Amino acid sequence: MLPPLPQNAITIGAQADDWRGAVRLAGDALARSGAATPAFAEEMIRVIEEFGPYVVIAPGLALAHARPGPETLADGLSVVTLATPVSFGHAHNDPVSVVLGLSATNSDGHIAGVAGLANVFNDAGAISRLAAATSADEVLAIMKQGERES
Amino acid sequence: MKIVAICGVGVGTSAILKVNAERALARLGLEADVTASDAANVQVAAEDAQVILSSPELVSRIGKTFADIVVIENYFDVDEIAEKLQKAIG
Repeated sequence: MLPPLPQNAITIGAQADDWRGAVRLAGDALARSGAATPAFAEEMIRVIEEFGPYVVIAPGLALAHARPGPETLADGLSVVTLATPVSFGHAHNDPVSVVLGLSATNSDGHIAGVAGLANVFNDAGAISRLAAATSADEVLAIMKQGERES
Repeated sequence: MKIVAICGVGVGTSAILKVNAERALARLGLEADVTASDAANVQVAAEDAQVILSSPELVSRIGKTFADIVVIENYFDVDEIAEKLQKAIG
């Protein structure tokens, strides 16, 4: 199973000046869907400032996230595709064209949801298909692959 | 055998690495207990581990360990994880 991904947590073809801007867009989308408060974006940025760009876990894909806390209101996912890819400073996986935002209210729920993410992205073509998507419905159709049994 | 997958905050990316490491182990026909940990607690979590799975950025946070540190570039690439795990423990 995937963490909830409502349509209003999807942003297509967004413009970001840099990686902070891109992560902020993923945070804005989580705030829009009610999964997190607006302050969660800064928490996700802080994680990268502290630990480096390890959140760029595959070529072209960043999974922005932060610890469960007062900013996380519900389990949820957001998807942001960038019109122009941005660099996070990762040794292998830059530039990033798809940013996922992940909000989780506890770490157990987190683990259940990410198995669904693994189902989506074990397909090596999923990232470029997401980057090329022109509608939220198209993104949802690609992410639906995560609902199947693994 | 014990394998620890780490990330900065111990939720999210380390869990993805754990799931895909389990898939890689199944493909290799190997049995191991895979756990997820944050970078701050890796010393405790990996005390009795044979392998620590990490991203390139977090290697410097691991500190002294007897475990093999295996660096994974693409967390979703089960082939890459299987190949590197086999080299470390196979």
